[in-house]
Amino acid sequence: MRRLDALRAVYLELDRCVVVTIMGAVAAELQSLGHRPNFFYLQHAMGLASSMGLGIALSRPDLTVVVFDGDGSLLMNLGGLTTLARYRPRNLVHVVFDNESLLSVGGFPTATSTGSDLAAIAAAAGIPHTSTVRTLDEFHPAFTAAVDRADLTTIVAKVEAVGPSGYVTDLSLLENRYHFQRYLRETRNRE
Amino acid sequence: MPVSVANSSLIYTCLKDVGVRLVSALPETWLVHLIRMAEDDQSMTLVRLAKEEEGVGISAGAHLAGVKSAMLMQNHGFLASVNGIVSCAQLYRIPLLMLISHRGAFGERDPWQTEGGGVTEHVLDALRIPFDRLEAPDHVARRIAKAQTLAYSASRPVALLLGRDLMWEE
Repeated sequence: MRRLDALRAVYLELDRCVVVTIMGAVAAELQSLGHRPNFFYLQHAMGLASSMGLGIALSRPDLTVVVFDGDGSLLMNLGGLTTLARYRPRNLVHVVFDNESLLSVGGFPTATSTGSDLAAIAAAAGIPHTSTVRTLDEFHPAFTAAVDRADLTTIVAKVEAVGPSGYVTDLSLLENRYHFQRYLRETRNRE
Repeated sequence: MPVSVANSSLIYTCLKDVGVRLVSALPETWLVHLIRMAEDDQSMTLVRLAKEEEGVGISAGAHLAGVKSAMLMQNHGFLASVNGIVSCAQLYRIPLLMLISHRGAFGERDPWQTEGGGVTEHVLDALRIPFDRLEAPDHVARRIAKAQTLAYSASRPVALLLGRDLMWEE
């Protein structure tokens, strides 16, 4: 499964969510499908996308928050899984694209290439719903079920270690940040 | 435990007064009462962390979602959070109110705290993070309010160093 195809498969469903992605290929690929004001790309601070998702989910229980994480990023903040599990936001869907490498910085293999199992780690941390999926036919229904389940879910999606040729887009970091904040404010005001 | 309940309560009240509704924390001796007060307060969301840097992401998310937050941590937790502060809070212009217990300064008896105590202010300076000290009860209300005001007007992290004279009763 290619990550871009996985993102494309669920793209329309992201309309009803707010999305936080990690840096690099994930951010560039989601933007290549079409940026939306409910997408935020954390273009650095590796590991903190899931923590940011937790901050949004706890602050806005009316929204469904989707975090698109990666194996390299999650490995930098494994303790954060225990914090997610501890507060168990019912409105957080945590997707980990696991390509078993640090693709954006040269493709060096991560520990998932030698057997570390992020779904098992998430389950052992206390995440109530976890799974590993390897094909689009598995990923799409797993994602939809997670959004509909209304409970904290981590999906590890095994993907090929391929990505776009470049990662810089014409969306500046602060433009994205302020648009996203405004989007969140306007959805609150509409209540 | 001679951590000042009265001064912890004063700090907590001031955090509430400036609108803080979410606190992330990793326990340390000087912060025990503050954390218990957050835990016992139904109108406060307390997030207990595994590592302090998570708190930067949580506060960033809370801010974008319209909730004012503060981080409670020891100076060693601040040192452990530096990349998150730089490449999340500073890069994305997030107002971040950090209350940092300043262990390892004059009066410190624990040898393991002393190295961090000596570098904390230098690291804050190097990161260009405005900071002030809370060392006496009459500092607390004004300096917390002023720190919060600057954090929001500048859209940047600010720090308040909680000193021994305020937090510890010997």
